[in-house]
Amino acid sequence: MLATKRSPLVWVVHLSVLLLVVLWTLPTAGLLISSLRDKDQLAVSGWWTALSTSTQNLVYRAPGAEAQTQKDGKFVISGNVLEGSNAKVSAFGFSSREPAAFPAGQTATLGDGGQLTVRDDGSFDIVSDKSFEGGRGQRIFVTASVPPRFTLDNYREVLKAAGIGTSFINSLTVAIPATIIPILIAAFAAYALAWMQFPGRAVLVAVVVGLLVVPLQMSLIPLLRLYNSVGGMLGVPAKTYAGIWLAHTGFGLPLAIYLLRNYMAGLPKEIMESARVDGASDFEIFVKIILPLSFPALASFAIFQFLWTWNDLLVAMVFLGAGDQELVLTGRLVNLLGSRGGNWEILTASAFITIIVPLLVFFGLQRYLVRGLLAGSVKGG
Amino acid sequence: MQQLFMAIVTMAAGVLACAAYFFVSNWLLDQIFPSRGRVGAEASRNMRIANQIRPWLFLGPAFTLLAIYLIYPVIESVWLSLHDRTGQTFVGLANFNWMIHDGEFRQSIFNNFLWLLVVPALATFFGLVIAALTDRIWWGNIAKTLIFMPMAISFVGASVIWKFIYDYRAEGRDQIGLLNAIVTAFGGAPQAWITLPFWNNFFLMVILIWIQTGFAMVILSAALRGIPEETIEAAVIDGANGWQIFFKIMIPQIWGTIAVVWTTITILVLKVFDIVLAMTNGQWQSQVLANLMFDWMFRGGGDFGRGAAIAVVIMVLVVPIMIWNIRNATREMKG
Repeated sequence: MLATKRSPLVWVVHLSVLLLVVLWTLPTAGLLISSLRDKDQLAVSGWWTALSTSTQNLVYRAPGAEAQTQKDGKFVISGNVLEGSNAKVSAFGFSSREPAAFPAGQTATLGDGGQLTVRDDGSFDIVSDKSFEGGRGQRIFVTASVPPRFTLDNYREVLKAAGIGTSFINSLTVAIPATIIPILIAAFAAYALAWMQFPGRAVLVAVVVGLLVVPLQMSLIPLLRLYNSVGGMLGVPAKTYAGIWLAHTGFGLPLAIYLLRNYMAGLPKEIMESARVDGASDFEIFVKIILPLSFPALASFAIFQFLWTWNDLLVAMVFLGAGDQELVLTGRLVNLLGSRGGNWEILTASAFITIIVPLLVFFGLQRYLVRGLLAGSVKGG
Repeated sequence: MQQLFMAIVTMAAGVLACAAYFFVSNWLLDQIFPSRGRVGAEASRNMRIANQIRPWLFLGPAFTLLAIYLIYPVIESVWLSLHDRTGQTFVGLANFNWMIHDGEFRQSIFNNFLWLLVVPALATFFGLVIAALTDRIWWGNIAKTLIFMPMAISFVGASVIWKFIYDYRAEGRDQIGLLNAIVTAFGGAPQAWITLPFWNNFFLMVILIWIQTGFAMVILSAALRGIPEETIEAAVIDGANGWQIFFKIMIPQIWGTIAVVWTTITILVLKVFDIVLAMTNGQWQSQVLANLMFDWMFRGGGDFGRGAAIAVVIMVLVVPIMIWNIRNATREMKG
């Protein structure tokens, strides 16, 4: 650290960190930019070209015979192939084999003798000596350079049509109680394990540490059976919000107890002893002294648990079900990946809505998150 | 909105019920064994009894939930793994016997070991390198925040992000996936990356490494800062260069933390499920244990015996780390 200051190595350090940061942020940036692009542009060009003008091949069908007007003894159909967008036509054609046969502004002679002119602003005329017939108009192929277009349409669409709005509320319904309930239960247990004397305390701490790493997979089948039979006995559905709150509470408790116990055990002993001398009971000490002092640890765990419950897919799929009304955001996203796998405008916008809440929590409360990670891992090692 | 309102009401009720439990049970205890206002032997006897009971009131709800949600299921899963698909008939080790001969299971075990070899190693490596580098520059904290950010993104969200990067369009068309765009820019042929057997495992691993590097970085960065300055200064005075200081002075002092990071990521890797489900759902030979287990849980109405047997295998792989953690924790409590 001291030796490398002011040496050319510093530049190597700056550059390599920059490279790593770019590598780590580029994927998310790509998602965000893509979700804001026009869906036709998104489908044909990479997001890194979002700011440059893109060249697109468009097909337009002119209106049929009913749109013709008579002018100077000739029959004319006119319109605009770009339908009002501010692109520029560079070439056009009237057959799919030669979609760019004529530069913009020229006049092409159609197979039936009509004259087609497409100008660079997209306006066109088809002029013929005979009256047009039939409802199907002439197909016109154009090559147009389209300026970059950013829009919130993708978000509007997923919130309305793809069910993301419902799922967003479902996710909140799962995550908020599943964050608050374990904190209270764990705080009492952590206090008992840190500051109360009773036989078997060391064993219980060891049990908590052991349960920290028990894979969730072990719990799924037994709990699914348990929920089904309890639901059957009480005549209630097996998949309820209360069920998933309790499940998240159970799975989150080991970490909660562990983090809070470590933190509380580190609080100064003198405070508690002087309170006890003043005649305070354990309950009073806990509520009036320990809880307020433990706020940083409580906040750390709350952030963990919120991120974990919001981002969880497995527990929600097993205990809340996969019906259209019950899906949480992660489940909905997996479904969309299956059913709308090619529609990147849907997927990118949905994914961004899914990750925006955790990202806000992350950037707002990063300090507590880091502190919790350190308490959970470094001390526990 | 109404649903959210209901959730908040239920949450308030739940929290109040919890608080009421602790408050009322304490109050009852003090009523049954009063120590205030009593004198002499009775007061001290009551106080002693109350103090023996009180910890269990505090611990009660937590350990009841732990018992229902974690301890009972572990026992029940082992039990179910010895039974048939409905959990009714005892079949001995038949599920495990099936497993050994099942191609998909073998594929999953193989892939899981690949994940175990690659992901913890690379995530820890990148985390360590980034922690060491960012400590030396003024914008290090900004860099750390940005690299730490994927930690907040769900595995499914990350899968969408990376699936977009791996997106494949037929040769000759404009590639909208970043990876194929780079490959074609250098004159290569575009590939459908996640469908290439064997190699697709690594493309999925990249996602987990991308997420977990931030975790490793945060913890290792704190450990690096905890190294006493004197040891480094002494090495500088003795003429050690940057590499020597890093590998011979700093790394040996944070071995313990590196081990913790490594094992934490190892456990996460054993449970990896969301990424595989979202990216390939185990197709193209990318199956892993956790996804296979989920699959069997619901496949053809659900085979609880085989599902539980696969869960037991995951558990067995975790047990060594569990024992190691418990031993460390007990030692720390005594010391």
